[in-house]
Amino acid sequence: MKHLLSIGDLDKSEAISILDTASELARVSDGAVKKLPTLRGRTIVNLFAEDSTRTRISFEAAAKRLSADVINFSAKGSSVSKGESLKDTAMTLQAMGADAVVIRHSASGAAQRLADSEWMSGSVVNAGDGTHEHPSQALLDAFTIRKHLGMGGSDLAGLSVAIVGDILHSRVARSNVLLLSMLGAKITLVAPPTLLPVGIHNWPAVVSYDFDSVIPHVDVVMMLRVQQERMSELFFPSAREYSRYFGLNADRMSSMKKGAIIMHPGPMNRGLEISAQVADSSRSVITEQVTNGVSVRMAILYVLLAGGALEVGSN
Amino acid sequence: MTTANYCIKNVSLPNGVTTNIAISDGTIVSVGNEVQDSAAIVIDGTGCVALPGLVDLHTHLREPGREDAETVLTGSRAGAKGGFTALSAMANTSPVADTAGVVEQVYRLGQEAGLLDVFPIGAVTQGLKGETLSEIGAMADSVARVRVFSDDGNCVSDPLVMRRALEYIKKFGGVIAQHAQDPRMTVGSQMNEGEVSARLGLKGWPAVAEEAIIARDVLLADHVKSRLHIAHLTTAGGVEIIRWAKARGIDVTAEVTPHHLLLTDELARSYDPVYKVNPPLRTQSDVHALRQALADGTIDIVATDHAPHPTEAKECEWQEAAFGMLGLETALSIVQKTMVDTGLMDWAQVADRMSCAPARIGGYENQGQALVAGSVANLVLINPSIKWTVDRELVQSNSSNTPYHGLELPGVITHTFYKGETTYVDGLVKSMGSK
Repeated sequence: MKHLLSIGDLDKSEAISILDTASELARVSDGAVKKLPTLRGRTIVNLFAEDSTRTRISFEAAAKRLSADVINFSAKGSSVSKGESLKDTAMTLQAMGADAVVIRHSASGAAQRLADSEWMSGSVVNAGDGTHEHPSQALLDAFTIRKHLGMGGSDLAGLSVAIVGDILHSRVARSNVLLLSMLGAKITLVAPPTLLPVGIHNWPAVVSYDFDSVIPHVDVVMMLRVQQERMSELFFPSAREYSRYFGLNADRMSSMKKGAIIMHPGPMNRGLEISAQVADSSRSVITEQVTNGVSVRMAILYVLLAGGALEVGSN
Repeated sequence: MTTANYCIKNVSLPNGVTTNIAISDGTIVSVGNEVQDSAAIVIDGTGCVALPGLVDLHTHLREPGREDAETVLTGSRAGAKGGFTALSAMANTSPVADTAGVVEQVYRLGQEAGLLDVFPIGAVTQGLKGETLSEIGAMADSVARVRVFSDDGNCVSDPLVMRRALEYIKKFGGVIAQHAQDPRMTVGSQMNEGEVSARLGLKGWPAVAEEAIIARDVLLADHVKSRLHIAHLTTAGGVEIIRWAKARGIDVTAEVTPHHLLLTDELARSYDPVYKVNPPLRTQSDVHALRQALADGTIDIVATDHAPHPTEAKECEWQEAAFGMLGLETALSIVQKTMVDTGLMDWAQVADRMSCAPARIGGYENQGQALVAGSVANLVLINPSIKWTVDRELVQSNSSNTPYHGLELPGVITHTFYKGETTYVDGLVKSMGSK
């Protein structure tokens, strides 16, 4: 595997081997010395053409714990309108000898463009492209679910997951639908009809407009961030109305199954899609997602750059 | 200019009859018996089909303003290579072709290039803004004799502006070519809205945004009894509306592009902007409906929507890239592949859809004439049994944004004749023109 652009690039065994590698690496992170020498002398560039402090820091920590040299390159906004094209940026990174580029970009498909082009030869990791995919987020979500609710197996068979909110614009939802369904989970997408894409009928998921009828039956409730500007684009009448029908508050949380967990990729809009009480509750694994993010991203870099998965139980 | 005499031997006419065509002084002088003319240049037409020179009703020649993408001369060269003897230069240049001055400039550049007729299309509204009518009368009365008006690139979306434009052009028998795209429904749209856009996270351009405008405009054309042409029809639903309108006797015609007859939105999965075009590539069922409609005459013509763009406009992220693809040099091969080789149309229908009908819609004199004695010698010879591979490095256009690079296509054009003189022979465009 050279690139990680989409969950669609992985088969089930590859996905599981990334999760298993992450488990092994997490044990290292728990130790006193958090660093492995694996990627010493390798250069990883974080190319962030869109603001995302948490994803960038997570990838940076992951690369550093594997002893790679990390260069952060932030080009805000649309590269073309700012004068420098993605091509020129890529050729610059190539000239600097990047072994891998972790790219976050506002344009769907930007990571694939980089990987398919002849502009650079290194590995490309998609750290979120427009409204397309965010594969490392889905992998860390699957890792977190497996850790909490896994029935001892390596996949997520038998689990039910609700993904709630702005599915239309969510790269997190797209990657999670592909990954969690591949791992055997049953997925329900919950959203107002305006925030579901036309052409969703062949996705491996069920659709519901009624959060209350879904919530008692799922093991995982994954809330998505709702952008305030969607209101002006007529997707819903008001923030209050959205919150009433699709927000996760204490009342709704009380009808959740015993042991069911609450997730959110962050950053949260407390009071809109999730209440503060819920976000800080014992069911919430939101900060743990952040912790797991580092191990999973270490695993991704490990698999792409060190040439394969880490043997389970090895040092 | 004195032109040579030609005798094309053993060539098939569109109706399948094999015969000889003699050309002298810019005119077809005989079709049938071999002419004994020792001065004539003899062309062996064995295996070739002769068609009246192709007429494109929808070409972006980019001059004035974007000569880095195309000029009237380079576009004419691409046209000659593609078998065209007439092009229609779209108005979305810089400055916009919304005055007699600009259309006369484009017309003159076409004459100087001298490879085919260039008929300028005038903008419906000033600056293509959709607000105020441009000086349509002045353009109609200019040397360029403009008859087709279009804001192509933009939709004339205001229903009152569209109504007035349709009424106004009745004065001289003009036609409005509508780019049917509801602007509110397509803000920021990147590709066809459907399964593929949902998966790719690219903003959708729904079929209904085209169909709603077509429905409105056929009703307007009926109400004011004027003539409407629908540019680049792409949807099965749009086909149904045109079919209904024609059955009602509404004076509407429609065009389809070669790329919408062949390609689908599945190609966007590559995120390669060479497949980004407006209106977007649709689904296989739309392609099927468009082919059927072209065959049964619901869609009247094929028009290329040839849209050259410089390399940097396509060598970028999908959402940053320009809309549009080249079409002139591949149009006839694509039509052979999608319509003739599939058994949907014969060559006589190809001659109608790509030459006679567009010439009639545009009111283009000396174009689209049957291959009979007395017609102006505008014709193209194609050998349908030979295949060729598209190479973007070898195009005549100033740009290389062809979606067919590397694709093997049927049908090799061997000769294009414009007013009795060859403009293209076996891979070479004649360097005539500019004095």
